[in-house]
Amino acid sequence: MTNVTLTVNGTHRSLEVEPRTLLVHALRDELGLTGTNVGCDSSSCGACTVLVDGRSAKACTMFTVQADGAEITTIEGVAEADGTLHPMQQAFHEKHALQCGYCTPGMVMAAISLVEEYPGLDEHGVRHGLEGNLCRCTGYQNIVDAVLQAAGTGGD
Amino acid sequence: MTVTESAPAAHVGSRRLRKEDPALLTGEAKFIDDLDLPGAVWVGVVRSTEAHARIVNIDGSAALAIDGVNEVLTGEDLAPLWGEGALPCAWPVTSDMKTPTHLPVARGTAKYVGDAVAVVLADSRYAAADGAAAVVVDYEPLDAVVEIADAVADGAPLVHPDLETNECYTWGLWGDNAAAVDAAFASADHVVTEQYLQQRLIPAPMEPRGCAAVPSPAGGELTLYSATQIPHILKVMTSVVLGIGENKLRVVAPSVGGGFGCKLNVYAEEILCCALAQQRGAPVRWTEGRAEAAVSTIQGRGQVQHIELAADAEGRLQAVRVKLLADMGAYLQLVTPGVPLLGGFLYHGCYHIPNYIFECKAVFTNRVPTDAYRGAGRPEATYAIERAMDSLAAAVGVAPEEIRSRNFIKAEDFPYESPPGLVFDSGDYHAVLDKAVSLANVAGRRAQAAQRRAAGSTKRIGVGFSSYVEMCGLAPSRVLASLAYGAGGWEAATVRISPTCKVQVVTGSTPHGQGHETCWSMIVADKLGVDPDDVEVLHSDTAVSPTGLDTYGSRSLSVGGTAVFMAADKVIDKARAIAAHQLEANEDDLEFSGGVFRVRGTPEAEVPLAGVAFAAFTAHDLPEGMEPNLEAHVTYDPPNFTFPNGTHIAVVEVDTETGNVELIDYVAVDDCGVQINPLIVEGQVHGGILQGAAQALYEDAVYNSDGQLVTANLADYLVPSAVEAPRYRLESHVSPSPTNPMGVKGVGEAGTIASAPAVMNAVVDALRDLGVNNVEMPASPQTVWKAISSAQGGAS
Amino acid sequence: MIPAAFDYKVAESAEHAISLLAEHGDEAKLLAGGHSLIPMMRFRLAAPGVLVDVGRLDDLRYIRRSNGTVAIGALTRHSDLEHSAELAQACPMLSSVAALVGDPAVRHRGTLGGTIAHADPASDLPAAVLALGATIVARGPGGSREIAATNFFTGYFESVLADDEMITEIRVPADDGGWNYQKFNRRAQDWAIVGVAVASGGTGVSLVNMGSTPMRASAVEAAVYSGASAAEAAAVAAEGLAPPTDLNADSDYRSHLARVLTRRALNAAGVS
Repeated sequence: MTNVTLTVNGTHRSLEVEPRTLLVHALRDELGLTGTNVGCDSSSCGACTVLVDGRSAKACTMFTVQADGAEITTIEGVAEADGTLHPMQQAFHEKHALQCGYCTPGMVMAAISLVEEYPGLDEHGVRHGLEGNLCRCTGYQNIVDAVLQAAGTGGD
Repeated sequence: MTVTESAPAAHVGSRRLRKEDPALLTGEAKFIDDLDLPGAVWVGVVRSTEAHARIVNIDGSAALAIDGVNEVLTGEDLAPLWGEGALPCAWPVTSDMKTPTHLPVARGTAKYVGDAVAVVLADSRYAAADGAAAVVVDYEPLDAVVEIADAVADGAPLVHPDLETNECYTWGLWGDNAAAVDAAFASADHVVTEQYLQQRLIPAPMEPRGCAAVPSPAGGELTLYSATQIPHILKVMTSVVLGIGENKLRVVAPSVGGGFGCKLNVYAEEILCCALAQQRGAPVRWTEGRAEAAVSTIQGRGQVQHIELAADAEGRLQAVRVKLLADMGAYLQLVTPGVPLLGGFLYHGCYHIPNYIFECKAVFTNRVPTDAYRGAGRPEATYAIERAMDSLAAAVGVAPEEIRSRNFIKAEDFPYESPPGLVFDSGDYHAVLDKAVSLANVAGRRAQAAQRRAAGSTKRIGVGFSSYVEMCGLAPSRVLASLAYGAGGWEAATVRISPTCKVQVVTGSTPHGQGHETCWSMIVADKLGVDPDDVEVLHSDTAVSPTGLDTYGSRSLSVGGTAVFMAADKVIDKARAIAAHQLEANEDDLEFSGGVFRVRGTPEAEVPLAGVAFAAFTAHDLPEGMEPNLEAHVTYDPPNFTFPNGTHIAVVEVDTETGNVELIDYVAVDDCGVQINPLIVEGQVHGGILQGAAQALYEDAVYNSDGQLVTANLADYLVPSAVEAPRYRLESHVSPSPTNPMGVKGVGEAGTIASAPAVMNAVVDALRDLGVNNVEMPASPQTVWKAISSAQGGAS
Repeated sequence: MIPAAFDYKVAESAEHAISLLAEHGDEAKLLAGGHSLIPMMRFRLAAPGVLVDVGRLDDLRYIRRSNGTVAIGALTRHSDLEHSAELAQACPMLSSVAALVGDPAVRHRGTLGGTIAHADPASDLPAAVLALGATIVARGPGGSREIAATNFFTGYFESVLADDEMITEIRVPADDGGWNYQKFNRRAQDWAIVGVAVASGGTGVSLVNMGSTPMRASAVEAAVYSGASAAEAAAVAAEGLAPPTDLNADSDYRSHLARVLTRRALNAAGVS
């Protein structure tokens, strides 16, 4: 077992994990942050996307030990304390960009990172920027429009 | 939670934002793997790595040496847990259908790669994985049946030697019409004969399956949590298989991350966890990995379709003859045999056809069982007729829209009795087609395509049509009985009004992304004159919603929603009697609108529903003999199916040098009847279109000659991303269904039913002048390039 | 799926990493971004006994231009390459190819040294550095050595890198010649079925997924050098190769794609 210290959603957390413990399992099983989902085992679907030091990462393709000392943001950490949704969450709501909601936490986290990383996104940029996040329900159009809205570059 | 909501006075028909969203957007929603179950036993399943093999020996010693692995149990060890019980098939489509015994964990022989052969019980998720990987199984390989055609070949190995055949059943429709069909073909001016392969598909909802059985040993109760579409059906079946009294069993579907039919089943792991939890008196849980899902969860489609059309000189259809070979896989799951039948009634599509004959032969193979996948039978039927109609158009020398228009059932002919005896409820197929043609600017696209052809461009444009009609709203129970389905097709709803006039709706439908809570609230809010946010919708837990038949076959709104609508009416009737008593008026003189009862002609004599609700609660002064409280329950058995229809047009650009196909435009005009919430309707259509287009272009469960699934993860099984998805342009046409009081039809499967043939017809349209008349799905770049090369005489 | 257990060592420096590799022999693997290794471990196609984490060696994360060469630290992430204005100016092909690797989350973690060491013939960046004529700097117990990229890849997931060596730097000549990268795949997130990288106005050409290693298309380069047209040069793109057959493409189709994509890449790079 290895001791790992993480700052998760602004809170300092210390935990003992096996080195092979995937970050997503530490978040879910050790810290009870079950909003981050697991959808595949090949880094293909992005359901497990979180922010590591502010940038999107697939938490199923990282060992927890690799994140020692890092700042992690999960879906539980993006709305305001009073429950006000993050603008990206709000845009997903307004554009009906989710149905079953399983891909949604990863999709929202990927989108938050995307908008930050690529200012002035257009539709093409949003679609390519989300190519590693799969959704089986929405056909993506409303997701794309939501991200454009939150980015302030389109989608009404 | 602060969420911006619009609140127009009339809710039905508005684009109301979903009340389901905040919990899902914040990670608050609990899916099956999110449940915290201290002390749970984790199950790891050891799955056959052979398509067909005798299990010679199972050695668990290495697994047991791993820290945290406690037991390794074989099919033999577990047999006493289920005794004579086996996994159920609820649809014996013929009286002589062959049904193999399907044990949750195999004994003696493994029948497909993925068949459970042993289980590991461990203290943790990781230990269960380690243990399952460490069990050593010694197999003696047997000859396997991999492809559908192999199953019926002379001297084929038998999947189930005890059944003495690989043929599961043969089911026909309108067989006594054979002579008339033959005569129509003999006198036809045009005969089209086509064969299509419906490749197997992996449903792949983003949430894999999982379940957890939690016992209450002292009381003897058992709660099964499962990522299922069907808690109610699962409860009955689990009770029957394991002999657990229904009064001792509760089934809960937590938030479910999509189903698309693959969670409409009773699976080995559900039975296994229940049996073990009952035996051990401890929670037992299992969560599927994605690669595991590919071989442990049902697959869809898997048919060879032979379709023939007979038409007169103008292309007017005289007869349709269809023969299917359908792949059941190694075992029959819950409704495996019935899936081809759901399409069997619809191979004549939207067209008036005097003569029709359909036959399906179902066979066993050494592959994962098939079962319902979004559309279940109807996408297959639509694909065959819509592809064949384009071939007929080419033979007659008219445009695809013209051949369709000549043959459509006419608006004035509804209700229309179809050749196999269904009564299509309503529609205007011509109006829908015209709308789609105009929206897609078909003439402009064709001019562009011609221009590119003339210029010798390697980027060809193709325009593809698909007009569909489907039967959904499953289903009138008596019709299901005639098809030998093992249950009814009704749905239940309860509407309760609390003392403070908040509303509780209990539904037997089980949502997993469709937005039931929002839509049911809108229906009831309009009925009762309350705010939709004052309506709570309870579902997916047999302790809360004891009566229901769940969600599949686009049935929720037309059956479950209708039940809710009727229950609201029923509760208003009771409230009206109380209001009349309060107002000292005759019930017939009361009108109810905006949540207030008024005496007609006496505007000042009124009582709000809230006043009635409180009076019903206190019961101080109710009409003689009336029970307290406002509550009504309805079980609605629909008198007919509903028949959504539409025309979709796909535009593709085909790179003739590489074979790459890009979807550059997609237009859909759907008639799903009255729309409760157009926002949700559009979302269903978007997702449905992409799932069908994915069958056309990307997805394929590929097995090698040894029966190994070689596309068992999402890196190899190509679920499309936002980059591959087109921008959809939608319009709708509303012809209310006369089947139910709201005039609704259903929209959950429409997109998937329509889109695969539209895309494939577009691909062929782009290449027809190069001599390409058919391309098999999925139209991968290599497949398209080879089709072009072979049409051009092998030149590349 | 869950990886098998392993011992975890954090390297404090490149020297430390090398000494850990030497200590643990072929049991040990370097872990950088992990985006090639961890998926293989999850499928238990790889189960190293010891992982040496070099991901914290920030001193190996840099992009420095001096004279005609860009030196890139092995731990530089794909997203660093993608967003580096300096690299975009000195060697635009490399930053553009980096932007096509995987998806943004993958690019945030994956490293240039890691992807080269992994030696996957289907990867984009190894082919790009090959076309650019890069030099790979590897350090072992006896010190550093420079390896021409053309000599680096030896087989399927194999290179000249010894078990106790690690890549520390990749040196790429600045290249203002015409360039292009053609990546052909079915989904944007997938590996290339075939890819073609063209650098230096057509005199550096390499192929992705056309054999057991990323490879220079020397016949194409020679043709271009001798003044052939793009179409003529592209016609020899698959000459003498035996490309693999897999789910997405058989050998013939791959050869055909190589010819088509090479022509397109040469055209886009300014070879008419």
